[in-house]
Amino acid sequence: MTPVTPVVEGRAIVRDYHVPGSMLRRAKTVRAVKGIDFSVQRGKTLAIVGESGSGKSTLARIIALIDAPSEGELLIDGQRVDIAASRPGPELRSKVQMVFQNPYGSLNPRQKIGDVLTEPLVINTDVPAAERRDRARAMLQKVGLMPEHYNRYPHMFSGGQRQRIAIARALMLNPSLLVLDEPVSALDLSVQAQVLNLLADLQDEMGLTYVFVSHDLSVVRYIADEVMVISEGEAVEQGPREAIFANPTHPYTRQLFAATPVTDVDAIRARVARRKAARQAVA
Amino acid sequence: MSLLTIRNLTVRFATATGSFTAVDGVDLSVDRGEVLAIVGESGSGKSVSMLAVMGLLPDTATVTADEMTYDGQDMLAMSDAQRRRLIGREITMIFQEPVASLNPSFTVGFQIEEVLRFNLGLSGKAARDRALELFRAVGIPQPEEKLKAYPHQMSGGQCQRVMIAIAIASNPRLLIADEPTTALDVTIQKQILDLLMSLQEDYGMGLILITHDMGVVAETADRVVVQYKGRKMEEAEVLDLFENPQSPYTRALLSALPEHATGDRLPTVSDFFTEEAAR
Repeated sequence: MTPVTPVVEGRAIVRDYHVPGSMLRRAKTVRAVKGIDFSVQRGKTLAIVGESGSGKSTLARIIALIDAPSEGELLIDGQRVDIAASRPGPELRSKVQMVFQNPYGSLNPRQKIGDVLTEPLVINTDVPAAERRDRARAMLQKVGLMPEHYNRYPHMFSGGQRQRIAIARALMLNPSLLVLDEPVSALDLSVQAQVLNLLADLQDEMGLTYVFVSHDLSVVRYIADEVMVISEGEAVEQGPREAIFANPTHPYTRQLFAATPVTDVDAIRARVARRKAARQAVA
Repeated sequence: MSLLTIRNLTVRFATATGSFTAVDGVDLSVDRGEVLAIVGESGSGKSVSMLAVMGLLPDTATVTADEMTYDGQDMLAMSDAQRRRLIGREITMIFQEPVASLNPSFTVGFQIEEVLRFNLGLSGKAARDRALELFRAVGIPQPEEKLKAYPHQMSGGQCQRVMIAIAIASNPRLLIADEPTTALDVTIQKQILDLLMSLQEDYGMGLILITHDMGVVAETADRVVVQYKGRKMEEAEVLDLFENPQSPYTRALLSALPEHATGDRLPTVSDFFTEEAAR
């Protein structure tokens, strides 16, 4: 059996940020990502979990071909990609797309939804205008919106609907890899459930591969196949979801698990009992 | 015994397209030393009802209620001066964005001493000593140094600790916390919730915790009020709420939690309302 080429693979990815110095301060280099390896197979979801400042979004931007890694290799469909050396062409751009956290910030308020969706086609393909329109209308339906939303502006939509629009835009070029940076963390719980369901449906239907960045372990547990826990730029733990959730080995992962609120009835019963006991002790 | 009692609270906003009802006939009460969680999604009116109590709503809002009493005093009949003696002293509030809640132009030490001067009449060394004591109580490391720091020099979690220190400076009997941990990382969230709970116990305060997060409710509340579109959907002891939710909306919220997922798909709130309508 020949090994299957992963959709995306990273080898010892490093990213440095240079903080320029001034008269009073020496210039310094911050290493945001410190040599991370990963690979994701077609149709699977890799979740990157970490807290603010862990480097998870930096890594997501590297995978989405927005930033170049300072060191290391990034391979898309087995091909080495170096955006620092040459701008990625339309073919590569079409393969990898990104969805951002805040759907209020990631859509241009002056652009109609139809233009939001057709723009990637205008830039990267030579699909004629009539077909662009048809594809955008079809995509609106696919993500659970209506074709008549085509002529509306972003402010006329709720947060959940805007995130659907952002997902639709990312899918217009038929990508194989979608990088999702905290796609549901700005959404209400019930809307979050709808968007997670939509992402699961689209993955099945289109064979999409996801890199899903999140700080929320309960969401990760629901959506991920593979999990990478990162802290201070290092992947402290990496593996299949079941293994990590059943038996977290790294102290940081354990700390993260311990801090995550539990909504389990037995845990609540124990807490209520402890509180009652503490009160009686005082009285 | 009831500390704050609200009956039939309604808040309307005058908008360009007519009046909008943000809170619609909500009853709630919190007892001394009790932790009440008000849970709901955006637009449920959970913050607006508490801002109405604090008198922090803009002029476009009309607040009506059959009853609003704090510790036996009728808040509706109070003069502004009487109300100001309560708000900020007996009843205090902290907000979601700790960094935005502090003034960026002054040191955090100045800001806490200002509260001590204004509310407790402390000045000079007495104010500084009390500020230090409060910073220690909320677990700020190197409190002497940190009094001289500006908000941008501190992390979000530390700024929230400063906000809490300011809120408890006057030994309030009721603390209202509006999404106090939403902007924070989970490990910091845990620290802040633990701090709020231990202060609540030590000071015997009533605590109203406004949140959208069922996890936070599960970890903190004694009693829970669930709001949806300005109405109260359900009120229950925390264990009853999770074990045996009565309202379809609460059931929907609980099953939309990813950790409660049983099958491949997450049930959504609309699934529940259609199910309810079909009955």
